[in-house]
Amino acid sequence: MFGSADAIILARAQFGFTIAFHIILPAFSIGLASYLMVLEGLWLRTRNTLYLETYKYWLKIFAISFAMGVVSGLTMSYQFGTNWSVFSDRAGPVIGAPMAYEVMSAFFLEAGFLGVMLFGMKKVGPKLHFGATCAVAVGTAISAFWILSVNSWMQTPAGYEIGPDGRFLPKDWLQIIFNPSFPYRLVHMLLAAYLTTALVVGAVGAWHLLKDRTQRHARLMFSMATAMLAVVAPIQMFAGDMHGLNTLEHQPVKLLAMEGHYEPSPNGASLILFGLPDSKTRTVRHEIAVPKLGSLILKHDPDAPLKGLNDYPQKEWPPVPIVFWSFRIMVGLGVLMALLGAVGLWARIRGRLYDWRWLHRWALLMGPAGFTAVIAGWITTEVGRQPYVIYGLLRTADAASPLAAPAVGASLVAFVIVYLIVFAAGFIYMARLASHPPHAGEPETDTGPIRTGGITPGNPVASSPELMPAE
Amino acid sequence: MSHINYDLTTLWAGIIAAALFFYVVMDGFDLGIGLIFPFFEDKAQRDAAMNSVAPVWDGNETWLVLGGGGLFAAFPLAYAVIMPALYPLVIAMLLGLILRGVSFEFRWRARNQERANRWDAGFFAGSLIATLAQGVMLGAILSGIRVSGRAYVGGWWDWLTPFSVLTGISLVAGYVLLGSTWLVLKTEGPINARARRIAFIALAGTMVAIGAVSLATLTLSGRYLDRWLSWPNILWVAPVPILVVVAGWVVWDHLRRLQDRWPFPAALAIFFLCFTGLGISIYPMMVPPSISIYAAAAPEKSQMFMLVGVAVLLPLILGYTAWSYYVFRGKVASDAGYH
Repeated sequence: MFGSADAIILARAQFGFTIAFHIILPAFSIGLASYLMVLEGLWLRTRNTLYLETYKYWLKIFAISFAMGVVSGLTMSYQFGTNWSVFSDRAGPVIGAPMAYEVMSAFFLEAGFLGVMLFGMKKVGPKLHFGATCAVAVGTAISAFWILSVNSWMQTPAGYEIGPDGRFLPKDWLQIIFNPSFPYRLVHMLLAAYLTTALVVGAVGAWHLLKDRTQRHARLMFSMATAMLAVVAPIQMFAGDMHGLNTLEHQPVKLLAMEGHYEPSPNGASLILFGLPDSKTRTVRHEIAVPKLGSLILKHDPDAPLKGLNDYPQKEWPPVPIVFWSFRIMVGLGVLMALLGAVGLWARIRGRLYDWRWLHRWALLMGPAGFTAVIAGWITTEVGRQPYVIYGLLRTADAASPLAAPAVGASLVAFVIVYLIVFAAGFIYMARLASHPPHAGEPETDTGPIRTGGITPGNPVASSPELMPAE
Repeated sequence: MSHINYDLTTLWAGIIAAALFFYVVMDGFDLGIGLIFPFFEDKAQRDAAMNSVAPVWDGNETWLVLGGGGLFAAFPLAYAVIMPALYPLVIAMLLGLILRGVSFEFRWRARNQERANRWDAGFFAGSLIATLAQGVMLGAILSGIRVSGRAYVGGWWDWLTPFSVLTGISLVAGYVLLGSTWLVLKTEGPINARARRIAFIALAGTMVAIGAVSLATLTLSGRYLDRWLSWPNILWVAPVPILVVVAGWVVWDHLRRLQDRWPFPAALAIFFLCFTGLGISIYPMMVPPSISIYAAAAPEKSQMFMLVGVAVLLPLILGYTAWSYYVFRGKVASDAGYH
């Protein structure tokens, strides 16, 4: 009834589903932790309670996002073994160590100081509390460092040798960790996290400006977010371009799938803007393309030749339409982000940042754009790695656990049900918190005794600013 | 090339065992609080119980990630065999932990009390599922896992045996003991009295369960029987069951005399002794009956690289974890601060 091919498709669906939910949470947490660090730092320096109130406002949202990130991440750390045991056995000696370093250097740091960050302001005082906020923020970034190193190693393996039993064995840890695609991927992902958070903060600010354009906290959020976009979005486009060049060098087949080039282009490749790639006929239907621009971008020479997918055996190709389209969604959203940043800058120069309602509506619409772009980018790089799990060395089809398809099917259904309930609730709670404007004397929670009551761990952590210990 | 260093491997087995033990005692008490959640008298008691672990549960759970991640890194073969063999249990445990983990935040965010109660129910159900899954896993591993070459070759329900069901139920009793004695330590007033009553029952259940699991383990394999009852082994291992009884008496005696401080540490001692007993039973096997820690080990180069990280980072982790517990030290009041 079920073949092993079905079990592999189901296992891939399960990994894809669980990581798609997971990845947007750390992306948001990385950016938000840094934003909280900046807000608290500004408050400590200026003693302007506007910063503290905005900090507490976002801290409540951060707590929910972080909890969902932790539990969905727990799933990921076990799924390598449950569903990809051949991969785990063979690659464990190489990628196990960086992942253990992630746990020891990042997860404990975040979890260890999160309690103080959420509940401990009154107990440890503002300075130590700021230290805890910094520890959490740094922890999220360290976590990204290690897990992207592992992911990059699977894309561009280096520093290993293959033992007689087929296992990957470590040869040079520096080469393993700093493998060829890692620096590009790390920068690209961290910037994506900052953009994602800036878009959310900007959208929440815009929402409250639309209701009341004099709202001070909303002005602060919108101003900081649009400034962040104006600076980071252009850097991200440059970083993405560098990442693309790196992909061309190390994973040409993936890049050709992203570009949709089946035919080789000996006299300079076009840039296909839109079209419907069809790997059966090896053509892109309804193609709209700009001649020579592809080679100009990829090789900095309009006449430089570019290979085509047809130069490689078809069994080495990823699913071209998925990669082609997810890449375009990511890039399209990136352009919109840069545009929003630029227009925000223009509005600021004109002194109309808080007045242009169409700009606020636009920013509101762009709120989820970062999440969408992160998922689209992730699909591009991960589906683009297919048919391999370790690029060029271990095929996905050979890496799965010896599990019967019904077992994987049942777990996939269970994951879908639980995730939809839990994550829907979480996103609704975050949206509900964000729908209320921040206000002076922002409590650390609006309901429940956990942070307002006089009980440990919920001392009256500043139900009003004057309760804050001022040094 | 893939050289195995025996001393280093033994050290790593110790590190993984320590991580697992830290996980069991730290997440054990907050899972135990989830297990007794329906037995509190009112919302105030549930809130106080939840608040006593809210700042630390996240760190507690990280030890499970270290246990899984460390096993993957130091003993990849064991990880690659155990996870598929226990597939439905691992998935159930993860889903249970997800449900209870988000309940910590969500129960304060629900629109009304009725909906908040649903998250409390989720907190209980998630804790129960995760605990049962962990207990059954223990029994399944002790019973042995069918392996051929480098892969699991059994079916996806092989783990379900009377013995594994027994270990599952036993762990529920044990975690309830940890959770209730933790609350005895951390609370006062009505909830403290409630927790004490639960602790008495849990203590009885735990002691019976330990006896039953110990005897049943001896019947599983000649190897276990030999480890515990052959001469002169019996001399070396006899202190373990004797000390379990002593620790159980300490819990009982202090509960009885209303001394809140010692039942929890003594309950931890019971867990430590049971953990030691497990080690005595299965060492040097990692996946009984066929894969030893040496067969499962990662190459020396991998273990050495990680050992540097452990040596530098683990003391730091223990340091700031202790600091976090210190910040939130003392009793949680059950009656203050509601509105």
